[in-house]
Amino acid sequence: MSLSNRHAGLVPASTVSRASCVEPKGWRVRHVRPRHRAGVTILLGLLAALATPALAQQAPLADTQLSDPAQEAQAKALMGTIRCVECQGQSIADSNADIAANMRSLIRQRIKSGESPEQVRAWLIQRYGDYISYDPPLGGATWPLWAAPFVLLVIGIAIARSSFRRKR
Amino acid sequence: MRRVLLWLPLVLFAALFGLVALGLFKPADRTVRSAMVDKPLPDFALPAMLPAKPGVARTSFGGGKPRLINVFASWCVPCIAEAPELMKLRAAGVPIDGVAINDTPEAVQKFLDRNGDPYQRIGNDKASQVQIALGSSGVPETFLIDGRGRIVRQYVSNLRPDQVDDILQTWRAMR
Repeated sequence: MSLSNRHAGLVPASTVSRASCVEPKGWRVRHVRPRHRAGVTILLGLLAALATPALAQQAPLADTQLSDPAQEAQAKALMGTIRCVECQGQSIADSNADIAANMRSLIRQRIKSGESPEQVRAWLIQRYGDYISYDPPLGGATWPLWAAPFVLLVIGIAIARSSFRRKR
Repeated sequence: MRRVLLWLPLVLFAALFGLVALGLFKPADRTVRSAMVDKPLPDFALPAMLPAKPGVARTSFGGGKPRLINVFASWCVPCIAEAPELMKLRAAGVPIDGVAINDTPEAVQKFLDRNGDPYQRIGNDKASQVQIALGSSGVPETFLIDGRGRIVRQYVSNLRPDQVDDILQTWRAMR
């Protein structure tokens, strides 16, 4: 069984390598302490890899495409913009974490049942906050992100104009 | 004025350097908290994980009786560390329902035999559907549900003794 979507728990977060975020599927030993002997780790990893197929209980649509290509495209596009809550720099489309797989399945199920991608995104934001989405909505805390390029452009034009004038 | 301006880039650089150094020595808290706290428990119904215990459903919450939901898994090491704290809560009379993530009945039974069984009911959440609906990002997590079926608190990672005291106090006050 996978050790991947558990909280770091007893060890400080900084000492836990987020193994499941980078390792290929089936290689599922969590390196809780970095000072593991390499040989032991590899052996455990191989055992885990052997044991995984028999125990795997992944959600049905985690890695299975929807039969309707238009719906699959919608689901896929949405997955690319939803943050994995375990591997926090990755989208759930890229992450190997169990909870990301389960979220992919959930998204496919909801799209299949006729929900729009934005409805599914809103549902997830209701659960986890704006943090879950890589496409943050325009709001009180995020408006500077949208305004900054235009402000910088205006400042740039002002600097350019004043420096050209001086040359004349 | 000129002389001050001359030093400005260095000062800006030092400020930026300080900011980056601060982030290096004091990393931000990366805990993902649920946005469902202070909201009513979503509707769900999970089948029973073990034949001896019923499953967990939305309908078993509310009715004037506060309860705990513990999201756990037999394969999760911090869940073992948390087991004695949950047993303390059970001994104090706090009703606890378990939501088992990505698990099998045999493994859960073995886990309970070894670490104690604090649960009144255990739901089988194979595909994390309820875990995601609660806004939980991993195991273990504990949610305190009040007598009206509202989520009052979320405790991320294994429960610590001081959090057990907090749960007991809040639970007694809500009864």
